[in-house]
Amino acid sequence: MNPVLVMHQVRGGYGDADILHGVSLTVNPKEIVVIVGPNGAGKSTAMKAVFGLVKIRDGAILFEGEEITGWKPDAIVRRGISYVPQVKNVFAEMTVHENLEMGAFLAKSVKAEAFERIYTLFPDLKAKRNALAGSLSGGQRQMVAMGRALMLNPRLLLLDEPTAGLSPKYMEQIFQICRDVRDTGVAILLVEQHAKQALAFCDRGYVLATGSNRHEGAGQELLNDPEIAQMFLGG
Amino acid sequence: MSGLELINFYVIPGLISGSIYALGAIGITLIFGILRYAHFAHGDMATLGAYVALGLVGSLALSPWVALPIAMAITALVAVVLDRVFYRHLETRPKILTVMASLGVALMLRSVVQVVWGVDPQVYSTGIVRAESYGGLMLRSRELITFATATGLVLFLMAFLRYTRWGKAMRAMSDNPELARLCGVNNEAVTRLTWVIAGALAAAAGFFLGINTELNTMMGWSALLAMFAAAILGGVGRVEGAVVGGLVIGLVEELSVLVLPSQYKMATAFVILILILLVRPQGIFKGKVL
Ligand SMILES: Nc1ncnc2c1ncn2[C@@H]1O[C@H](COP(=O)(O)OP(=O)(O)O)[C@@H](O)[C@H]1O
Ligand SMILES: [Mg+2]
Repeated sequence: MNPVLVMHQVRGGYGDADILHGVSLTVNPKEIVVIVGPNGAGKSTAMKAVFGLVKIRDGAILFEGEEITGWKPDAIVRRGISYVPQVKNVFAEMTVHENLEMGAFLAKSVKAEAFERIYTLFPDLKAKRNALAGSLSGGQRQMVAMGRALMLNPRLLLLDEPTAGLSPKYMEQIFQICRDVRDTGVAILLVEQHAKQALAFCDRGYVLATGSNRHEGAGQELLNDPEIAQMFLGG
Repeated sequence: MSGLELINFYVIPGLISGSIYALGAIGITLIFGILRYAHFAHGDMATLGAYVALGLVGSLALSPWVALPIAMAITALVAVVLDRVFYRHLETRPKILTVMASLGVALMLRSVVQVVWGVDPQVYSTGIVRAESYGGLMLRSRELITFATATGLVLFLMAFLRYTRWGKAMRAMSDNPELARLCGVNNEAVTRLTWVIAGALAAAAGFFLGINTELNTMMGWSALLAMFAAAILGGVGRVEGAVVGGLVIGLVEELSVLVLPSQYKMATAFVILILILLVRPQGIFKGKVL
C-alpha cells in the first residue's frame, strides 16, 4: 500500500537560514508515527513544513503520492491533512461547538453527523459544547483542538506535542484517543516531549536532532536501543 | 430638580449621544480587534457619511431617513477603497505606520468634505421640531428613531457575528488569526467585511449626530476621542463593550454638567479613558490589552 505521507530530504527554514537539513520520514496508512528529539531539534519545523508553513528549499513532500511541496495551508487542508499547533490551538473566546464549526469552515455546510462523530470521540466535549474553549482545562482544550482538526475528515492528522503540560492521566487519555482516531482510518504524525511514553505507544518513531534524522524504527526497537536511551531519553 | 427634569434634560440627551458614540466605537473596536490598529480616520469617516446623506437630501430631494441607508452603503464602499489604497500595502509593516496613515486619511477626508460642502454648519431640514410628551418624558421623533435604528443596527450586527459563517470567521480572526488562517479563513475577505461594517456604522453615527444637532466638518473629529474612550472602556474587540462604553461616556458627559462647568464636558471622556487605562486596561468586557 502507498504511504500516506513521504518527506524526502527536506531542507528549509523560516528566513534565510536552514533549520531542516534534509529530513526524511514516511507515514503509512493507519500508522501512528512519533517524532522525538531534544528541544530546538526542528521537530515542530518538520511538521510545519508538511503543512506549508515553512520555506522549503530542497526536497519533496508527497501526500498520497501527490507532491504538495510549497502548497498553501488551505489547499493542504482541502487535500486531506489537518494540523494542530503546539500552542494557541483553540479559539479561546469561542464556544467548543463554534471551534468545531471553524474546523469545518472550508466545507461551507456541515452535517450534524460530523459533530456527532467528534462528540462520540470526545464525550467530555459534548457536555461542554456551549462553554468557551478558553475556560476549559488544558486536556479538554487539547481535545477541542483535535476535534476541530478532525471536522473535515482528514486522512492525516499532525499533532504538535498534544500532551505538553498535561497530567499523566490526560496523557493516557489523549494517547487512547489517538488510537481511536487511527482506528477510524486516520494516519497520525505527532511530535512528543514525553519520548518514552510516546515511543511505547506509537507504531514507528523518528529521532531528530539539529534538523536531521538520527534514528528511526519501530517504537519498541528505539526504546530498547541503549545508545538512544542514553542520548535522547535520559538514560 | 425633579427626576423627570433630570431624565429629560440630561439622561435622554446622554443616551442619544451615547448611541452615536456606540455606533462609532463598534467600528473602532472591530478594526482594532481584527486588523490590530487604531483607526484615527474613523471620526472623519462619520463626517463623510453625514455629508453624503446631506448631498442626497439636497440633490435628490430625498427624506433624510431614505438617504441614511444609501449614505451607509456609499461610505462602506469608500471605507473598502480607502483600505485598498492607503492601508493594505502597510499590512506587513509595524502597525504604527498604519495608525499614522489613518491620521493622514482623516485630514484628507475632512478636506474633501470642506471643499465639496463648505465649512459652514448645515442642517438636514430646517424648522423647529417640538418634543412630544410620553407621560412626562419629552422626546422628539428623531430621537426615537435614533434609538430604534441604533438598537436595530447593533442587534443585527450581533446576530450576524454570532450566527453566520462569516460572522464567526470575523470573530475567529479577532481571537486567533494564525489558527483562523489554518482553518482556511481568507484574511482579505474578512478585512473587506470589517470595513463594510465599520464604514456603514460610522456613516450612521455621523448622520445621527447631524440630525440631532447640526452638520459641521469637525463633527466627527470632535467625537473621535469619545468613541475611542467608549471602545477602550468596553474592552477592545468587544462589540457589546463598545455599546455599553458609548452609552456610559454619553451619559457621563451630559451628567458632568451638573457638577462641572460645561466647558469641561469634552474632557470627561478623556478622564474616563485615563482612569480605565490605569485601573482596568482590559475594559469592562475583558477585551484585548493594548
Ligand atoms: N517562527 C520561527 N522563526 C524563526 N525561527 C524559528 C521559528 N520557530 C522555530 N525557530 C527556530 O527553529 C529551530 C527549531 O525549532 P523547533 O522546530 O520549534 O524545535 P522543536 O519543536 O524540535 O523544539 C530553533 O532553533 C528555533 O529557534
Ligand atoms: Mg516544538
